[in-house]
Amino acid sequence: MSKTLFDKVWDSHVVRRIKDGPDVFFIDRHLIHEVTSPVAFLGLKSRDLDVMYPNRTFATADHNTPTLNQHLPVEDPLSAIQLKALEDNSNEYGISHWGLGHRNNGIVHVVGPENGITLPGATIVCGDSHTSTHGAFGAIAFGIGTSEVEMVLSAQCIMQTKPKRMRINVNGTLSKGVSPKDVGLYIIAQLTTSGATGYFAEYAGDVFQNMSMEGRMTVCNLSIEMGARGGMIAPDEKTFDYIEGRTMTPKGADWDKAMKYWETLKTDEGAEFDKEFNFNAGDIEPMITYGTNPGMGIGISKSIPTAESVEGGKATYDKSLAYMGYAEKEPMIGKKIDYVFVGSCTNGRIEDFRAFASIVKGKKKADGVTVWLVPGSHVVEAEIKKEGILNILNEAGFVLRQPGCSACLAMNDDKVPAGKYSVSTSNRNFEGRQGPGSRTLLASPLVAAAAAVTGVVTDPRTLIQ
Amino acid sequence: MAYDKFTVLSSTAVPLPIENVDTDQIIPARFLKATKREGFGDNLFRDWRYNPDNSPKEDFVLNNPLYRGKILVGGRNFGSGSSREHAAWAVYDCGFRCVVSSFFADIFKNNCLNVGVLPVQVSDIFAEEIFKAIYDDASTELVIDLAAQSITISSTNSQESFDINNYKKQNMLNGFDDIDYLQNIKEDIRIFAENTPL
Ligand code: SF4
Repeated sequence: MSKTLFDKVWDSHVVRRIKDGPDVFFIDRHLIHEVTSPVAFLGLKSRDLDVMYPNRTFATADHNTPTLNQHLPVEDPLSAIQLKALEDNSNEYGISHWGLGHRNNGIVHVVGPENGITLPGATIVCGDSHTSTHGAFGAIAFGIGTSEVEMVLSAQCIMQTKPKRMRINVNGTLSKGVSPKDVGLYIIAQLTTSGATGYFAEYAGDVFQNMSMEGRMTVCNLSIEMGARGGMIAPDEKTFDYIEGRTMTPKGADWDKAMKYWETLKTDEGAEFDKEFNFNAGDIEPMITYGTNPGMGIGISKSIPTAESVEGGKATYDKSLAYMGYAEKEPMIGKKIDYVFVGSCTNGRIEDFRAFASIVKGKKKADGVTVWLVPGSHVVEAEIKKEGILNILNEAGFVLRQPGCSACLAMNDDKVPAGKYSVSTSNRNFEGRQGPGSRTLLASPLVAAAAAVTGVVTDPRTLIQ
Repeated sequence: MAYDKFTVLSSTAVPLPIENVDTDQIIPARFLKATKREGFGDNLFRDWRYNPDNSPKEDFVLNNPLYRGKILVGGRNFGSGSSREHAAWAVYDCGFRCVVSSFFADIFKNNCLNVGVLPVQVSDIFAEEIFKAIYDDASTELVIDLAAQSITISSTNSQESFDINNYKKQNMLNGFDDIDYLQNIKEDIRIFAENTPL
């Protein structure tokens, strides 16, 4: 029988099916960080349970770490307690731990792939909704709550009802200045933030086949923003090239054996999806959001839509625009910007810094704009230096910070002040996401770069060199 | 953590008819620094509930003494965004045992079920009826009968049934949780793991 990629991976991880209930779902690899794991360990202790397979869990510190002076003790006492708890718990149970300053440290969804934790056909979970990132390798990967973190620690399984299948096809060629982030934001704008709730998406078509692994990660990362549990892309030569030789990938005979399995990981001809969407690459332009959820995005040359033309109630829409200080029908181009943030598990990889540098090269940072450039990991940071990107950034008046989640969720000091506008390459523009009262415009690294050198929302296509 | 059994809940309800309420509003990230699960209730809807100087915002429903109860009735697509279970803990810690909406985001719904808060999904029309009944009379009670899978508006006797999978339902009725279940089938899991390379 023809099967989808999703079905193949899911079904091979079901330990037990409960009638009228969820599947007992086996987790190959589990990532943890300092914010959503402490209570899970507390739960283990209170029930007197052990970690069943410590070698299947990997810890990294990222959510509340500072992005300057990481060699100094963490100043915020509450963050310091969480970081210490992660370290202590990892040590106590024999879990590998990449704390602040460790060369493998960085954002959980950046370091997972970098170290070969992320593999095709694997099931991967983490207490962070953007775990969907790892789907770029043909894994089933999704975010879980802390109770589920406790389940994985204690029994390597969670109880999940199998989501429905969705396929999103994007065919054609992306035009100049249109990046994977724009593809993601475009799809969310079409489907809305709840359009894929209850589904697991597969991305298919030329656009994804031609995309780099970094780009695929960006797209899969954003799956959760349309409500999907996760998104995945069938592995291909690019995938295998990326993972080969990384620390945690199989080696020698194990690699050959794994490859035999991985090569079967594609949706069979004729396999059925519960829902399918088709989009044309040519319809996508650089995107920007104007509201307070990631579905409120438009092509950068467009004007803010009227309430009647969008999904949802008018009251909610008005509230959102009022929060942003915007009005219906206003153009986005030319809007004043106070902050620019390049980073996060959505756009904190090397390709994103290359894109940013391609625009700012030979220009100067705009006066009055604060720019935070935060690599997703030390590996990314090192690559930025190695490729000479750091020089380009410095010459244009920018500084590079140290890795972490940073202003993606503003748990550390990188907070956008109330009322200020931030063009951000992260994934959420919710009210207060980047600091209480902050106003976020989600966009690609190219759009962020254009704003960083002009101080206003600018179409990057006018600046591409 | 096992929680209290959930059978029948009769309570007045707090209306919050805003769509796409995300978990960053339910509990903003800066309050996620605790290492235990209690105490999040004070910061539930923090930035909608309090001014920057910590004085209560009078127009927010949780600050309106008229509306009290163990049931929170939200707008469509409630709980989107982050996977933080802290959102469900905050709802629980603030005294709610049930959230009603015409549509829930997946992870939030799961998290609620895992911490003893019952998510009740109703039709858009029934959600409208509930809001109207509460606004007509704030002392209107909603009666949620988990065994019967029904929700009733006491003042109008209007009733609707809701879905919940049988496994989760039995768990909530009995106060069991998934960890209890998994501990009982560890041998199966062990055999499965041995056949599943890392
Ligand atoms: S960068 Fe943002 S979305 Fe990604 S893991 Fe960190 S907090 Fe979560």
